[in-house]
Amino acid sequence: MSIFLIIVGAIFVNNVVLMQFLGICPFLGVSTKVKTATGMSAAVLFVMTLATLITFLIQKLLLVPMHIEFMQTVSFILVIASLVQMVELILKKVSPPLYQALGVFLPLITTNCAILGVAVLVGRSEFNLVEGVVYAMATAIGFGLALVLFAGIRERLELYEIPDAMKGAPIALITAGLLSLAFQGFSGMV
Amino acid sequence: MKLWQEFSKGFFKENAVFVLLLGMCPTLAVTGSAINGLGMGLATTAVLVGSNTVISMLKRFIPDKVRIPVFIVVIASFVTIIDLSMAAYIPDLHKALGIFIPLIVVNCVILGRAEAFASKRGILESVVDGLGMGLGFAFALTLLGAVREILGAGAVFGWSFLPEGSTTILLFILSPGAFITLGFLIALINVIKRRFA
Amino acid sequence: MAEKKKLPSTFLNMVVVLTLVCVVSALALGFTYSQTKDAIAQGKINKVLAALKDVLPDFDNNPYEEKKTYAAHPGLVFYPATLAGEPVGTAVETFSSEGFGGDVRLMVGFTKDLHIKAISVLGQTETPGLGTKMDSPSFLKQFAGKDPAVFKTTVKKDGGNVDAITAATISSRAFCDGLNKALEALKQEAEQ
Repeated sequence: MSIFLIIVGAIFVNNVVLMQFLGICPFLGVSTKVKTATGMSAAVLFVMTLATLITFLIQKLLLVPMHIEFMQTVSFILVIASLVQMVELILKKVSPPLYQALGVFLPLITTNCAILGVAVLVGRSEFNLVEGVVYAMATAIGFGLALVLFAGIRERLELYEIPDAMKGAPIALITAGLLSLAFQGFSGMV
Repeated sequence: MKLWQEFSKGFFKENAVFVLLLGMCPTLAVTGSAINGLGMGLATTAVLVGSNTVISMLKRFIPDKVRIPVFIVVIASFVTIIDLSMAAYIPDLHKALGIFIPLIVVNCVILGRAEAFASKRGILESVVDGLGMGLGFAFALTLLGAVREILGAGAVFGWSFLPEGSTTILLFILSPGAFITLGFLIALINVIKRRFA
Repeated sequence: MAEKKKLPSTFLNMVVVLTLVCVVSALALGFTYSQTKDAIAQGKINKVLAALKDVLPDFDNNPYEEKKTYAAHPGLVFYPATLAGEPVGTAVETFSSEGFGGDVRLMVGFTKDLHIKAISVLGQTETPGLGTKMDSPSFLKQFAGKDPAVFKTTVKKDGGNVDAITAATISSRAFCDGLNKALEALKQEAEQ
């Protein structure tokens, strides 16, 4: 599987949010402004890549040799939760301005199913370390792309009259559906 | 009857999907058919009842500062037990739900109930809360799955009611359909709520 | 309701409780695993048995028990089928690493004159709605009863006779790759 195909596939054809349905909660929750969307995307890129790297090593060096693959869910989610805590602490110390920008998103990322989802996907796949990390980064970029596009649309929707029953979640979901429909167009690419 | 209220709130007043807007990922991903939606809902209920029970039993022994990791380990353990059991005894459903079974662990409903309810209330109440929220979640998923299956495949629970080869609106089984159907369902429920408010 | 006394959050308490919970969890999961692993393994075997029934002509032996592997063809498994002692065909479990999302695993049923009887997909992780269509009867039925000497088993784009899945050329090619591996291997073994 060429690296290029992995990247194109992860960002467009198999977009993590719009086609694979991972990361929906932050997608709906943090996408009201383009600025917050960008912040969340950056945080996700960082955590997703690091988490995939570490869980990959755990899978190949610990779980498989010891035949305890069934501990995958427990070990992966613990790693992700600890990673997020650590990143928060380190960020606070090392770069307070960056912490100001991204810090508030970090606790939300622990329950972002995209992080665990990608970690488990890579753990179950035949990717090697490089392919796995590239896949994670590309997926995070795809997440960011979908999130920022969506936020852009939602910012403009604010200016329109929406029926009461549709306000909030319903119109957001329908918009996401149309965005997903647009992304369906990529499926012919490979 | 206070217990009944704790149980029934999960279905309408505080329905995880339609009102609290939690647990969206599995809701959209596995509701291509009614049976998958129901299966996922029941699996989640099993985890929720299990974790609520254990956390409620252990609540006095969990130091406050370490409670989230402890909740997570408990929840993840139940998810793994359900995962293994399904792989062994209902392999077809297990394959259909795929990666979303381990993802039950990050379903915000479960961690949310642990934090907001089970860690503070009695064991029986926690069990009832878990059952109510879980079955309410299952209800939402089954409903969404049924609508998508009817429109997209002309069938419900695998039982086809259209003649062979009819055109169906395939879109509803694909990704966009998931978003759009859920959006309209929530809007519909909003309308109903306003009528009866 | 008075708040019941919780264990204070001293460092020792936190470490002890967390470790205990992890240990109990690991034990519980290990136990569950040991109870379920046989059923899970049996489920996998049942899948192979069902595929054998789907792709082979009528047989009355147990191809699963008589399965063979050859060093010259790593990763492939041959299941001979006989009826009343006479060979009627062979099923070959084959794979391709050229899939878009990972390995594609197939069970190809051949009659004794090396015609394709039928093909069953054992496992694939292709794009839902596209590559996953290789599972569907509308794609698989084009192979039924075909003589590979006449029906070239590569996609039309590569000069063969196989109708690829629309917009899923990579998946279709991987399918043919697996199929051809099986065909070549069986031809070689049949010549002996």
